[in-house]
Amino acid sequence: MQSTAAVSVSASAITSGSGARSEAARRPGGLRVCGLRREALACSSLRISQAPARLAVARAAAAAATNGAVAGSGGFDYDLVIIGAGVGGHGAALHAVEEGLKTAIIEGDVVGGTCVNRGCVPSKALLAVSGRMRELHDEHHMKSMGLQVSSTGYDRQAVADHANNLASKIRSNLTNSMKSLGVDILTGVGTIVGKQRVRYGKVGFPDKEITARNIIIATGSTPFVPKGIEIDGKTVFTSDHALKLESVPDWIAIVGSGYIGLEFSDVYTALGSEVTFVEALDQLMPGFDPEIAKLAQRVLINPRKIDYHTGVFASKITPAKDGKPVLIELIDAKTKEHKETLEVDAALIATGRAPFTKGLGLENINVVTQRGFVPVDERMRVMDADGNVVPNLFCIGDANGKLMLAHAASAQGISVVEQISGRDHILNHLSIPAACFTHPEISMVGLTEPQAREKADKEGFEISVVKTSFKANTKALAENEGDGIAKLIYRPDTGEILGVHILGLHAADLIHEASNAIALGTRLQDIKFAVHAHPTLSEVLDELFKAAKLQPREERGSKPSQPPQPLLKALSFITALLSSSIRDRQR
Amino acid sequence: MAGLLHLHSTLLPSASALRRRAGAPAPSSSRRCFRVEAKIREIFMPALSSTMTEGKIVSWTAAEGDRLSKGDPVVVVESDKADMDVETFHDGFLAAVLVPAGESAPVGSAIALLAESEEEIPAAQSKAASFSSGASSSPPAQETAAPEASAPPPPPPPPAPVAISAPAPPSPATQGGVRVVASPYAKKLAKDLGVDLFSVTGSGPGGRIVAKDVEAALAAPKKAAPVTAARPDVPLGSTVPFTTMQGAVSKNMVESLAVPTFRVGYTITTDALDQLYKKIKSKGVTMTALLAKATAMALVQHPVVNSSCRDGKSFTYSSSINIAVAVAIDGGLITPVLQDADKVDIYSLSRKWKELVDKARAKQLQPHEYNSEGRKWCFGYSVVNLKMKGTFTLSNLGMFGVDRFDAILPPGTGAIMAVGASEPTVVGTKDGRIGIKNQMQVNVTADHRVIYGADLAAFLQTLSKIIEDPKDLTF
Repeated sequence: MQSTAAVSVSASAITSGSGARSEAARRPGGLRVCGLRREALACSSLRISQAPARLAVARAAAAAATNGAVAGSGGFDYDLVIIGAGVGGHGAALHAVEEGLKTAIIEGDVVGGTCVNRGCVPSKALLAVSGRMRELHDEHHMKSMGLQVSSTGYDRQAVADHANNLASKIRSNLTNSMKSLGVDILTGVGTIVGKQRVRYGKVGFPDKEITARNIIIATGSTPFVPKGIEIDGKTVFTSDHALKLESVPDWIAIVGSGYIGLEFSDVYTALGSEVTFVEALDQLMPGFDPEIAKLAQRVLINPRKIDYHTGVFASKITPAKDGKPVLIELIDAKTKEHKETLEVDAALIATGRAPFTKGLGLENINVVTQRGFVPVDERMRVMDADGNVVPNLFCIGDANGKLMLAHAASAQGISVVEQISGRDHILNHLSIPAACFTHPEISMVGLTEPQAREKADKEGFEISVVKTSFKANTKALAENEGDGIAKLIYRPDTGEILGVHILGLHAADLIHEASNAIALGTRLQDIKFAVHAHPTLSEVLDELFKAAKLQPREERGSKPSQPPQPLLKALSFITALLSSSIRDRQR
Repeated sequence: MAGLLHLHSTLLPSASALRRRAGAPAPSSSRRCFRVEAKIREIFMPALSSTMTEGKIVSWTAAEGDRLSKGDPVVVVESDKADMDVETFHDGFLAAVLVPAGESAPVGSAIALLAESEEEIPAAQSKAASFSSGASSSPPAQETAAPEASAPPPPPPPPAPVAISAPAPPSPATQGGVRVVASPYAKKLAKDLGVDLFSVTGSGPGGRIVAKDVEAALAAPKKAAPVTAARPDVPLGSTVPFTTMQGAVSKNMVESLAVPTFRVGYTITTDALDQLYKKIKSKGVTMTALLAKATAMALVQHPVVNSSCRDGKSFTYSSSINIAVAVAIDGGLITPVLQDADKVDIYSLSRKWKELVDKARAKQLQPHEYNSEGRKWCFGYSVVNLKMKGTFTLSNLGMFGVDRFDAILPPGTGAIMAVGASEPTVVGTKDGRIGIKNQMQVNVTADHRVIYGADLAAFLQTLSKIIEDPKDLTF
């Protein structure tokens, strides 16, 4: 009974999923993925009722002792084997141990994967430097705050070391956290040799075989390099090399203006480089909400030493050699006609990421990748070539391409562990925030305005948009960082939050109030009464929630299908009482 | 509600009674119907917040010439708080933008003019020209338009500044085929400071123009107007690096060595041509245009001479005949291209030629003048890059008295013709007499991979026939 239901669901998921996958792959910022909102909501409310039972299970598991004490039942070596110890695998492993599962993680490279070693983490170190440099360089800014700075400069090697040290630190934190919980870290490349069987070892010689009740593929991705581009790692390189910061070129072309390209443009221009963007689409920053992209261009591109070519492909890139610069052949994205040749000192290829799924042995279980991505349903269950669910096999993170973000991988991993622990769970991808750590930052959750309008047209409801400026926020003005806006897209009839987009100081930290509201199904009519400390940047969101105009009838009317969260309402009321009394006392 | 009722009721005979009851608003509203003088309204910089003293125009959402209805968004203004769409309070046509996008204006100052009808746009524009500060944004040429003339055809709306100030388009690294390699910041600076990158010598790697070169170019004393090149002013005893243009010329000269060229000369009698020239000179026809026209007509019959060899393996036959003509300018050489010289009539060709050479000499070329629709002409260097437009090149040194010379074939084209001066020459005629005729020598350099000796010979024979009997040149 259950299995037939699963088959019918998954069959529809394939068709919708493949579209979403290609979309997500092309536009990492785009968030139109797996829009099964209603089910997710139903599921989350289901979970609330299950909460006490779940607690009991967890407690029992904890009591049973740490991982490994109880060997995987049914003769398996492990309850769960995760292939790939990136952020996704790590998140899944930690949650699995919490659920009392005997867990192993196989890693062929270094623990931490792309995010920790070649992605989010080291880039944040470089961006921290970039932020400081920008502040120190902005004489006008400094002067207006009464500060004087004589001269600024930087030591490239020291900056590079900072990034590298941070990566090693986070890597060892990650490793230790898994070790201390008793997750077995198995070194080697994992290959699936059959149902619930994994072999691992050196590349080409997987000599050890283990069995597992459940397997999660979490092998991640590598930088995607379009054909015609020759990478030499010195003058033409990907983010992998760029993060080592072996040089700061005078002039660097960045191919791709998604968030990877944008973050690097922030780093390079802060360190004195000039940047030329090459973007295949007609607009820079194509994955972002158009209004945010427009403002980002005014704040992050136009005033900086950056120019750009849009609507062009880099058809051929030749590294610098024999005294010749890096040559970039640009062709028109539509007509494919040669447009011009750029001569620059270096080129960073930031055209997205390709799944790393070769050598997984998927052919042994009749699974065919789609452009390298492992096909999955909305429960991350791997689908075979015939569209059937492969039992006990899951794929999370960049390898499935649903939403190529570290925290999305981790959330998917946790969702899988929930399922194998006996609780159905579907992750609502529309509640997963994304951030771009430029100065100022950009963050988003849910739908962009055009996506929301499309959805509204299709499903026949109205949407409203409210905006607020960081120039209206006291804390932002105190920091002298008034550049930025926040934008809320919502349904005025139900108060549902469809999307929030922020560009401004600490936007990446601010987004979570909105993403949590979407995840928990909190409505505007409830959250607008939540109190924010004054003066904080959080008041930017407070402003949005309060500015949202709802249709009064609906607001007061009963909503039997989606009851508001009474708990949160009570909590927010208590917080409101508390904080107001505290403030009163302070006065 | 009462007001609304009242407006309707003024049409009724019993209006007076109602008016008495309604009170004050009535006279003002009825008077408004007759107030026709305020047809051109100013759009002011609004105060978007209590603390706002000036606002920056983010973008114009309407372009000059656009019809607007009350409530339509016209402009996006950035205040100290936020960006706001500003709407018009009246119906009309956006006649003139006084403050272009990207610039700021104090609260309450006029930022644009709104004309009530299309006929008033010229009047509004002449009014705009009188705004001293904003005058630069609207062409003063429109001042001559007579606002009182009865229903004059509305002039085409001037180029909307919106188009220029929309998010800075990537400045071309190539201009008319000539590569100007300049760093992003150098390009930005050049645009802001109004420095022509063609006149800047690059000091960066590979001769690239960097920001300090642009600053240096601005600081350097302005060169004398290019037209009045009096005495060569060169710093003797020093080494002067190539300008970008000269560097490009040098590079292409070396590249040309890879092409196997040969030359064929011909002497053409120009008496008939000279007579024709005298006759139609007053109509603005130039000798260069005549020669270009004659050459183009000859090329129609010899398409192979209009072809080129791009890959060493094939003929590339051009679909149109575009004659590039080399012109010396201060510090270099340019080759404006006369597109479709075989099809355009001689008068238009001459006009075009004159206009473009003047501009080229003054280096006033704007990107749209050589990019738009590929129609007009192209700004390039004969020896640099003609793959885009010129299919055959003419080089004329006759005006200096040069009687013959030899030209280097620009890479990417099939042939170039060097034209010497036409001079009275003693010739033996067919009937055994000796006479004096005006003759000029032409010398064609061609790529022997595609154009053979006999091809050139036949082409030159045709050309000489056309020039010696030029009646077809004027149609």
